[in-house]
Amino acid sequence: MAPFPLNLVELLGSPQYFLVYLIIGFAFGAVLEMAGFAVSTKLAAQFYFKDLTVLKVMFTGIITAMALVFLASGLGLLDYNLVYVNETYLVPGIVGGLVMGAGFILGGFCPGTSLVSAATLKIDGIVFALGAFFGIFLFGETVGLFEAWWNSTYMGRFTLMELFSVDTGVVVLAVMLMALAAFALSELAERKIGKQTAKQPRWRYGAAGAGVALAAVVLFVGQPTNADKWAAISAERQPALDSRAVFAHPGEVLQYMNDRKIITLLVDVRGEADYNLFHIRDARHVPYDQLNSIVEEFHALPENAVVFVMSNDEAQAVEAWRYLVAERVVNVYILEGGVNGWLNTFGEQDFRDSALIADAAPETLRYQLAMAYGDRHPAAAPHADRFNLAFEPHVVLAIKRGPASGGCG
Amino acid sequence: MTTYTSTHKTSAPAQTRASRVARPYLHPYLAGILLGLVLFGAFFFTGNGLGASGGMNRLVVVVEDFLYPAHIDRTPYLISMAGGDRNPLESWVVFVTIGTVIGGFVSGSIHGRVKLEVVKGPRTSTRTRLFFAFVGGALMGYGARMARGCTSGQALSGGAVLSVGSWAFMLAVFAGAYMLAYFVRKLWN
Repeated sequence: MAPFPLNLVELLGSPQYFLVYLIIGFAFGAVLEMAGFAVSTKLAAQFYFKDLTVLKVMFTGIITAMALVFLASGLGLLDYNLVYVNETYLVPGIVGGLVMGAGFILGGFCPGTSLVSAATLKIDGIVFALGAFFGIFLFGETVGLFEAWWNSTYMGRFTLMELFSVDTGVVVLAVMLMALAAFALSELAERKIGKQTAKQPRWRYGAAGAGVALAAVVLFVGQPTNADKWAAISAERQPALDSRAVFAHPGEVLQYMNDRKIITLLVDVRGEADYNLFHIRDARHVPYDQLNSIVEEFHALPENAVVFVMSNDEAQAVEAWRYLVAERVVNVYILEGGVNGWLNTFGEQDFRDSALIADAAPETLRYQLAMAYGDRHPAAAPHADRFNLAFEPHVVLAIKRGPASGGCG
Repeated sequence: MTTYTSTHKTSAPAQTRASRVARPYLHPYLAGILLGLVLFGAFFFTGNGLGASGGMNRLVVVVEDFLYPAHIDRTPYLISMAGGDRNPLESWVVFVTIGTVIGGFVSGSIHGRVKLEVVKGPRTSTRTRLFFAFVGGALMGYGARMARGCTSGQALSGGAVLSVGSWAFMLAVFAGAYMLAYFVRKLWN
């Protein structure tokens, strides 16, 4: 299993793990200061094309981190699923960005740089930071007036690779090349408009070449597929499958369906025809080839959520379990015996006797249903009281790893 | 480009002669590479990027929560940070923010750049500069929360992991600043 990012809470305990963030913040503040970002006039010069340090530092930071993140992910060291990717709320993001742009040119800082400026005792930085505190306070008090708009145009975890439907490596290389082109134009502007005559160091050509080479390696290595991810964790997770520890008895599934303290998700991976004939109440129809569409939603589930996957028997459900586990969805279990086992457990005696298909092929429905019941069949939502089932509970709710929320949250 | 601050003096305790005079800044590309390494380190070890306005937000909320806890519990936006007995400071981004301030101060001290002063354009009065610093800060704070992140948490962090919203946001920040820059040129030039 990709060892990074680390589960800091489990590793260091709380609140000690906050120390890691303190160190990261320290490095961040020091780098901003060393770049000259504590000085407002240097930041503002960006917008008169005289000194494009802001653009250069920011984009160099972005492309460096980008190339390394996706290289680490490609090599199986870092799990991109556990990396926080800012969710897209397109219109509020753009309008907020425009407001911030106005604040940037009027005040000369962004929030992070103003903190560094204040730390180096620049009075304008201190006043700006106070203004930022005030603006933040004002937002908290006024967001209620336009909350619906603020939550609009939500697109979830939406990446540039998904937008353009290309491989990650292609986007990495394209962003790298665009950034380098922007640097060349910036240097031209600094010479022509800023009248800068200082000679630029030659090592920057080497650095640019290294950047392109790194992006090319990312493209060449590629990103791990679901099969790669499973291969990386199979040694660790296959035993649970072999010992049947991840199979939940129908009685246990029913118990979770009725437990109000637990969010129970039933995922039915069978074909649509079988699903329409019969499915457990509240089961969601997600065919195997569409499982990736629910991964993001399932990552966002709180810790008291448990997922049960099911097919007619078990084989397809096992594949679905592997898929979701490889994608780092936690608390996933398989319905023991599948839907056939469910009907066998909760179907009425005369139904079981009359509807049983003796020579049913594996992974087909073993009971003949008179019509497309969907979830209107008596066995779709059985009463727990009527069945006195003995089973060994298998579900153990695990603590989630990785960021549940991030960004400037 | 690095001649910019060569005459600043420091008020920090000067141990060596080198630290008496403000030292030049890093070359932008070198600073950028270091920034990228810090950002990568953050993602690699914690899964989170960097942030600033989120931490500032929680510092605001702590004060609000102290003065009017009932108000917090009635405002949906604030409940998630400090509703009930939730402590708004128990968040990674608060510690990044505190670290940023300490890091900025330490680096400024080492390089002899900690100095009580107002940095402003050559044709701007101190009063005007401070007025616009406050107004700009307020807009920045308001916009950052509207966009769910500032330059650090959205543009830098989200940009590096290729979020569509973060790139749209980043272009909007630059667009907003460039659109207004001409009209306020006297502030800075």
